[in-house]
Amino acid sequence: MKYSVDENGFYGKFGGAYVPEMLYPNVEELRQNYLKIMQEPDFQEELQGLLKDYVGRPTPLYYAKRLSEKYHTKIYLKREDLNHTGAHKINNTMGQILLAKRLGKKRIIAETGAGQHGVATATVCALMGLECIVYMGEVDIERQAPNVARMKMLGATVVPATSGSRTLKDATNEAIRDWINNPEDTYYIIGSVVGPHPYPDMVARFQAVISEEMMTQLQEKEGRDYPDYVVACVGGGSNAAGAFYHYLDRSEVKLVAVEAAGLGVDSGESAATSVLGKEGIIHGSRTLLMQTEDGQVTEPYSISAGLDYPGVGPLHAHLHQSKRAVFESITDEEALQAVLELTRLEGIIPALESAHALAALGRIGAKPEDVVVVNLSGRGDKDLTTYLNRFHFDGE
Amino acid sequence: MENRIKRLFAEKQGGLLSVYFTAGYPNLNDTVPIILELEKNGVDLIEVGMPFSDPLADGPTIQQSSEIAIRNGMTIPMLFEQLQDIRQHTQIPLVLMGYLNPVMQYGVERFCQKCREVGIDGIILPDLPLADYVREYKHIFEEHNLSKVFLITPQTPEQRIREIDTHTNGFVYMVSSASTTGSTNGKAVANTDYFQRVGKMELRNPAMIGFGIHNNDTFSQACQHAKGAIIGSAFIKAVAQEGSLQENIHSFIQSIRTTA
Repeated sequence: MKYSVDENGFYGKFGGAYVPEMLYPNVEELRQNYLKIMQEPDFQEELQGLLKDYVGRPTPLYYAKRLSEKYHTKIYLKREDLNHTGAHKINNTMGQILLAKRLGKKRIIAETGAGQHGVATATVCALMGLECIVYMGEVDIERQAPNVARMKMLGATVVPATSGSRTLKDATNEAIRDWINNPEDTYYIIGSVVGPHPYPDMVARFQAVISEEMMTQLQEKEGRDYPDYVVACVGGGSNAAGAFYHYLDRSEVKLVAVEAAGLGVDSGESAATSVLGKEGIIHGSRTLLMQTEDGQVTEPYSISAGLDYPGVGPLHAHLHQSKRAVFESITDEEALQAVLELTRLEGIIPALESAHALAALGRIGAKPEDVVVVNLSGRGDKDLTTYLNRFHFDGE
Repeated sequence: MENRIKRLFAEKQGGLLSVYFTAGYPNLNDTVPIILELEKNGVDLIEVGMPFSDPLADGPTIQQSSEIAIRNGMTIPMLFEQLQDIRQHTQIPLVLMGYLNPVMQYGVERFCQKCREVGIDGIILPDLPLADYVREYKHIFEEHNLSKVFLITPQTPEQRIREIDTHTNGFVYMVSSASTTGSTNGKAVANTDYFQRVGKMELRNPAMIGFGIHNNDTFSQACQHAKGAIIGSAFIKAVAQEGSLQENIHSFIQSIRTTA
C-alpha cells in the first residue's frame, strides 16, 4: 500500500489539512467518521443499490475496434460517460450525500468547473430532498450554459464566483468561505481528489469503483484483471484517481495522467500543473500548484473548464514525484481533434476533459498486443457549442 | 530585546485596539505611513496583512484589498524592504498576518530571521495547522523571539483551546462568530456564552476578539469580554475613501474610540 494515504493524511510529502481554525471542527468530524461510515454494511448496501439502479453501474468496458486499428493497439473505453448525469462525478456525490445524511447535515454546498460535479450534486440533492448551493466561476457559467440550466432545473441555487480568474479555483474558494460561515448544518461535497484530508482519500475511494469494475471486466474479456496502460485526464484528478486506484501498487500497469496544456505548456496559457507547478498549499492541501515566485496562485487556462485548475490532487503530486505515473499534456487543439476522431470512429461524442486522455493515445508507446484502458470520464453534450464553433459542420 | 506584544499586555489592562490593514493598499508605499498614523492615533497593536491571491478566511473587503495590493506589486521581500527602518520611528507592537503559501515560498526560517531583523513581534498564519507548527516550526519562531498567535472559534472544543493556549504566546485570537472577515451582520458580539465560556477557562494568554468588529458599539462590547478587539475590513474601507490617509485614519479611529 505504498500509494495510500498515511494516518496524517499525507501521500509522501503531499496532502494534509492546511485549513484555518474555523474549518478545523468540520474537517476533523469528517476525518473521524468517513471510514467508519463507509464501512458500515447498511451504508454500503444503500450506496451499491443506488449505484446499480439509479446511476446505472457497472458502466461498460467497451472494446473500441476502429480506434484500436488506428493506434495499432488494443483499446478499451471505460464508459463513465454512460453514468446518469453523464460523467463519473456522480460516483462521488452519491457516496458523499449518503455520508452527509448520516452526519445529520441539512444543507449541501459544492463547487463546480465544467458543471458536471454541480449537476451530479444537484441531482443527488434532488433525490434526497436536501437544499443545494453550487458555486461556479462566472467564466464557467458562460461556457457551460447547459449544465447551469440543468442545475437550476434540479432545484439548486447557482452562485457565481466573481473573484480572481472566475473559474474553478475561485468557485472552490467561495464554497470554502460558505462552509466557514455555516459550520454546523452544512456539508461540503468536494468534487475532486483535492482539498484538506480526508477529502482526497474519501473521493478516491468513492471513485475507486471505476477500477474495481475494470478488474472484473478485463478478467472476462482478456483473461487477466489488469491492463498494460490506464490513461485518464487530470484536472484535480478524481476520474484518474478512480481509474488508477486498484492498480496503484501493481507495477505491471502503466499509469498515464493527462493534463491540459491549454495553448501550449510554455505559452503562459496552460493548466499543466505537473510541468508548471511548484510545491505549495492550495485549498487546504500541500501539493503541486501553479504559482508565482512570491507564492501567489496563478490563473490557469484550458479550453476545458473541468481541467482549468492551478493545482492537482496530492495523490497525483505524489504519483508524479515518485514517477509512478507518466504525465502528458495535451493542447486545446489536440483535444478538439481527439473529440472529432472518437466521434467519427466510434460514434461517441466525448467531453472535452476526456478528449485530453484520448489525445494522448499516440504518445504512450503501446504495442499491438498491449491492452490500454482509456477512462472516458464524461460525454460531450455540455461542450456541443464549443465543438460546433470549432468545426462548423454547416459548411461541410 | 523584550517582545513588544508581551510588554503591551503587561502594561495595559483592557480596551486595546488592534488594527489590521493590507500592506500595499490602497497604494504600494502606504505601508509605513499607515503604521505611523495608526500609532499617532493611539492604536495599541498593528497587524500588517501580507496579501495572498486566495484568502480563504476573508470576506470581500480583504479579498479586494489583497488583489489590488498584489497588483500594486506588494510581495514579502517588498514588505520587508519597506519595514527596514520602521523601528527607528515607532515601538508599537507589529504582527504580520497572512497565508502559509507565500511564506513557504519565501522560506519559513528566512522569513522568521527577516522578521527579527526588522523588528516584527508576532505572526498570524491562519492556515498553518497547530500540529505542523509544533512539529516543524515552533523552535524557529521561538529562536527569533516571535509570538505565534493562533485563532479559536465558537466551534473550537475546550480541549483544543487549551492546546492552542499552550503553544500560543502573545495573545489568543478569538474569532467572534462563524464567519469570514468583514461581516457586519451583528453576530460578532452576540455570542456572549462563548466569550464567557472562554473567559472562565482562565487561559495563560490574553484574548483579543476579531472578525465583524466594525464600529464603536461592537468594539466596546468586545472589550467587555476580552483585553481588546481587532478591526480589519472596516478600517480598510475607511482608508480607501476620498481624502488624505491622515484624515481618514484619524476620523476612523476617533469613531471607534468614541461612543456615538
